[in-house]
Amino acid sequence: MKICVCVKHVPDTAATIKIDGETGFKDSEIKFVVNPYDEYGVEEAVKLKEKNGGEVVIVTVGKPEAAATIRSALAMGADRAILVTTDSQFLDASLTAKALRSAMEKDGLPDLIFTGKGSVDTESFQTQYRLAHSLGIPVVNEVSTLSVDGKKAVAELEVGGGDKQVIEMGLPCVIGATKGLNEPRYPKFPDIMKAKKKKIDEMTLADLGLDASAQGVTLEKLEPVPERTGAKMIEGSVEEQVTELIRILKQDEKVL
Amino acid sequence: MASTGILIETENGAVKETSLGVMTAAADQEIIALVTDTDPAGLKDKLAEYGAAKIVKLTAAGKDVSASPDLAARALAAVVEKYGLTALLGTASTTGKDLFARLAAIMDQPMVSDCVALDIQAKTAKKSHFSGKTFATLKVDAAVFLATVRPNAIEAKASAGAGEIEAFSADVTDPGLVTIKEVKKGDAGKIDLTEAPVIITGGRAIKAAENYKMLEDCAAKMGAAVGASRAAVDAGYAPHSMQVGQTGKTVSPKLYIACGVSGAVQHFAGMKTSKVIVAINEDKDAPIFAKCDYGIVGDIFDVVPVLTEKL
Ligand SMILES: Cc1cc2nc3c(=O)[nH]c(=O)nc-3n(C[C@H](O)[C@H](O)[C@H](O)COP(=O)(O)OP(=O)(O)OC[C@H]3O[C@@H](n4cnc5c(N)ncnc54)[C@H](O)[C@@H]3O)c2cc1C
Repeated sequence: MKICVCVKHVPDTAATIKIDGETGFKDSEIKFVVNPYDEYGVEEAVKLKEKNGGEVVIVTVGKPEAAATIRSALAMGADRAILVTTDSQFLDASLTAKALRSAMEKDGLPDLIFTGKGSVDTESFQTQYRLAHSLGIPVVNEVSTLSVDGKKAVAELEVGGGDKQVIEMGLPCVIGATKGLNEPRYPKFPDIMKAKKKKIDEMTLADLGLDASAQGVTLEKLEPVPERTGAKMIEGSVEEQVTELIRILKQDEKVL
Repeated sequence: MASTGILIETENGAVKETSLGVMTAAADQEIIALVTDTDPAGLKDKLAEYGAAKIVKLTAAGKDVSASPDLAARALAAVVEKYGLTALLGTASTTGKDLFARLAAIMDQPMVSDCVALDIQAKTAKKSHFSGKTFATLKVDAAVFLATVRPNAIEAKASAGAGEIEAFSADVTDPGLVTIKEVKKGDAGKIDLTEAPVIITGGRAIKAAENYKMLEDCAAKMGAAVGASRAAVDAGYAPHSMQVGQTGKTVSPKLYIACGVSGAVQHFAGMKTSKVIVAINEDKDAPIFAKCDYGIVGDIFDVVPVLTEKL
């Protein structure tokens, strides 16, 4: 079985984002990682390979620096990778999906594709759907339990209010992974060393016949979310504190 | 005037408050409210009060569209064409996000997920980037502006509309790609975390699963949902479906009360855009007090029961 895992190169969630100009951010100063949700996809793919044999290929669309992030995914047990290079962190979902698809077609279509449920940088929650639709295959997102046999996959996902759906689909399909699916492994030193020798095939958007200027969504402005400057502390006995809090929430803030 | 479709979500036969906020986002447009799962007659007054010119009951060849997400998305694409919509908006709920992503893929149009503000005329949308650390303003170059709106991000305002009811049976079929085998019901009557107007969250300080009862009692008095931090989920005190933050739910209620939560960036990633944040923590130096609106220094097991009693 051949499994492709789409991995995005994103800023570490603990990193401070320093905005640079209207739409840029200082990416050379911060640490980048495998998008946390994609890690669940990598882990699940590697587990399936360990059980059934086959091959796990990481596919990334990102800046050339993404190669370092790809090495982390390879250290988790993936076999090789494809990196489609772009100049910007912000490529619209439609173009990203086209690049992922073309790269996979060139390499030979897989039997199963994993993505994360979304990326923590642009939070656009749609690339996996566009990829699946263009390939004419099923897609299910926010999957927290999965079983795969020769021809089909059964996925469980939360649909709101604590309800869960169990969905069955044929292979190949696209699975958007989320927390609960597994516990991603921490690569050991020998795995990290081995990953350095694994192959990363690099190509550009243009090599795949795609044009970065053909984007439907453009970023006009990036601005910090206003920070709160510190709480107004409510003093007194517990009784007094609570009475004052309720008064504030009802009368001043009108949120109760 | 250009028409904007709004996909209405309902609960127990009534329009969800979050859908009314989405309608308000399109207040300068002619609003066509799309209803899929409920008899529109019972929703007419409310939808007209919030500006619906038309209320369309949508089916797929006469059948319920919810049989499959791909079917529902195809039915929505048919609505866009039939009514010549220039925009179609929904709620960024779990199902709304899924449906609009499918729709955008089918229509091959751009779509902005989870907006906190939007301008339909200018085709711009504002949304979170980098887990609530920044806001991005995006310009959409599309014939039809597709977007979902973060629950509670836009406050609902009444603005009268005619509210004429009609039915539209879209001539679409399910591509048969996915089959819903089973729906496992969670706790009945539980308010969905992502849509709740008020949330009370228990962190590691809750110490045991049973102690969430204390927060549930308090939540019941406020019509609130109960959340958890990752530390509480990892310790087995709460299920992952209750987790707020980076690797849990993103929420934006009017009021967020954090009980025994330290205030990690990854927790804030999921609740930073809440309107008012209150923290109750026994440590006066807890980082959360630097990032919230109101603070009480105290033991949650002392403070919360008094709060419940006085509400
Ligand atoms: C990649 C990644 C993703 C993450 N995703 C998430 C996420 O989605 N959500 C999330 O929440 N975290 C997430 N985290 C974890 C996050 O960094 C913190 O570890 C976590 O939020 C801490 O939870 P806490 O505040 O409940 O616990 P703690 O940090 O242990 O804080 C407990 C607080 O309770 C106070 N306290 C203790 N007892 C009492 C009492 N009786 N009364 C009053 N106060 C008391 C203490 O003073 C302390 O401030 C993530 C981390 C990483 C690295």
